[in-house]
Amino acid sequence: MDYKDYEVIIGLEVHAELSTKTKAFCGCTTEFGGDVNTHCCPICTGMPGTLPVLNRKVVEYAIKAGLATNCEITRYGKQDRKNYFYPDLPKAYQISQFDLPLCVGGHVDIETENGKKSIGLTRIHIEEDAGKLLHDVIPGKSLVDFNRCGVPLIEIVSEPDMRSAEEAKAFLEELKSILECLEVSDCKMQEGSLRCDINVSVRPFGQKEYNTRTEMKNVSSFSAAYRAIQYEAKRQIEEMEEGRAVKQQTLRWSDEDGENYALRSKEDAHDYRYFPEPDLVPIVVTDDMIESIRALIPELPSAKRARFVSEYGITDYEAGLISASKSMSAYFEACAKLGAKPKTVANWLLGDIARLINEKNIEFADMKITPEALVAFIALIEKGTISNTAGKKVIEIMFETQKAPDVIVKEEGLEQVNDEGALRKIVEEVLANNQKSVDDYRGGKKNAIGYLVGQTMRLSKGKANPQTMNALLKEYLDAME
Amino acid sequence: MKITTEEVKYVANLARLNVTDEEAETLRAQMADIITFADALSEIDTAGIEPTNHAIKVENVLRSDTVKKSYDRDELLKNAPAKQAGCYTVPRIVE
Repeated sequence: MDYKDYEVIIGLEVHAELSTKTKAFCGCTTEFGGDVNTHCCPICTGMPGTLPVLNRKVVEYAIKAGLATNCEITRYGKQDRKNYFYPDLPKAYQISQFDLPLCVGGHVDIETENGKKSIGLTRIHIEEDAGKLLHDVIPGKSLVDFNRCGVPLIEIVSEPDMRSAEEAKAFLEELKSILECLEVSDCKMQEGSLRCDINVSVRPFGQKEYNTRTEMKNVSSFSAAYRAIQYEAKRQIEEMEEGRAVKQQTLRWSDEDGENYALRSKEDAHDYRYFPEPDLVPIVVTDDMIESIRALIPELPSAKRARFVSEYGITDYEAGLISASKSMSAYFEACAKLGAKPKTVANWLLGDIARLINEKNIEFADMKITPEALVAFIALIEKGTISNTAGKKVIEIMFETQKAPDVIVKEEGLEQVNDEGALRKIVEEVLANNQKSVDDYRGGKKNAIGYLVGQTMRLSKGKANPQTMNALLKEYLDAME
Repeated sequence: MKITTEEVKYVANLARLNVTDEEAETLRAQMADIITFADALSEIDTAGIEPTNHAIKVENVLRSDTVKKSYDRDELLKNAPAKQAGCYTVPRIVE
């Protein structure tokens, strides 16, 4: 058998840190990046005798996430203790939900090569985050920082419905854009606000029952999830091809090394001994609560995507990319409202600006160019003050310095040259130095003009108008006949 | 109810307790007694009775999402058996 004879089965457990102001069970701030152990109190550090009280917003946010992903909201939820020893968990148990989570069922729809696909959700429950271990500061010791300990999370558990790394990535992206849109999580992956555990198994096509799966813990980026799944599926197929059984294992994906390391095997698999949390009372959810939360749900990314296509005339692909980000959607609509052509706005957002954001590895929300500045910038191009080529330089400087586009154009001397005498001089120089392209053009290879236009643009340092250059070149070349 | 020494050792291991063979034997007998005692409950007919999920009849005790001042770090670390650089320290945990 071959790789293509196997089906890959993927299930995900996504942990999203909720964007509440305070922790799940105490009034300590959830703000990221404070000095170590300064966002802590006796409750979140697990001092004996303290009592937790649940944050109302945690319940609201979990229900909001459940409603937006088509879950059934259970009317009676309880919290449970999940017992295990690890130094990042001061109480030696995590408060989570075991058999009565807040949301059950549900689905998230993704776009695949073969159209829409519905990925089932098993449940959404609330729990608390653990602290952070710092390993490399002091030799032979690990330091423990409890700032993150007790920050509320929702865990979203999917059904094993995904069949490729692409589908898993699409699911994660859709889920992220929904949670961001609901403002229940900021989903900042660099800060660990969104992490997932990935369950992978493989089976020959046609086989009904699932084979043994492995679990990869705490994968913290979508691209890492994609690579981890591909690596693990290939590894399991190789095991099976060589007649070995896949062992049930927990693995840690190392994105630097591009491979998995075993964390624990089944022999010492954790026995969490869940039991009802005696310090916290049940959560009873009424119809009124559900309806008042439902009223707070904004337009979701999938609806936004369809509207962007019909209202602004951009392509479904462009609309998909823009609507996936709440901040980019708002930005796009702000630009359109200011009178810029939506298509042009989409081009710059998804082209040069997206590239700069990627290179700098920042979130769109942290991008410093205002909608007003982008609209002013687009106007400069449309009025012919600067060429598109010069525009690429201007947008880069805007991105770096937040200077106004017209100021940059002046400082850098990027005004488009419209003086015909100067333009003719450039054309003449280019023609004199590129005999081969001239011959090609005259020999019938009309495409050669593209190269010549490029040369005139280079010589003018991007300040010439490419259409004008094209026309002038044609005029000269055709006169040579 | 029968409890094996293996079960005692398994539970002790989960609770990170070191138990000698002798202690395990004592504990085995005690645990068996406790479980047998609690087992008396299974003689009660519970057909048609909703399972109890929580011992007290109070619901929805919630607080508002308002930030309160956190504790002074030095005060908080006073109870720590080992500390360094503003952190609790533990033997190195190898991933």
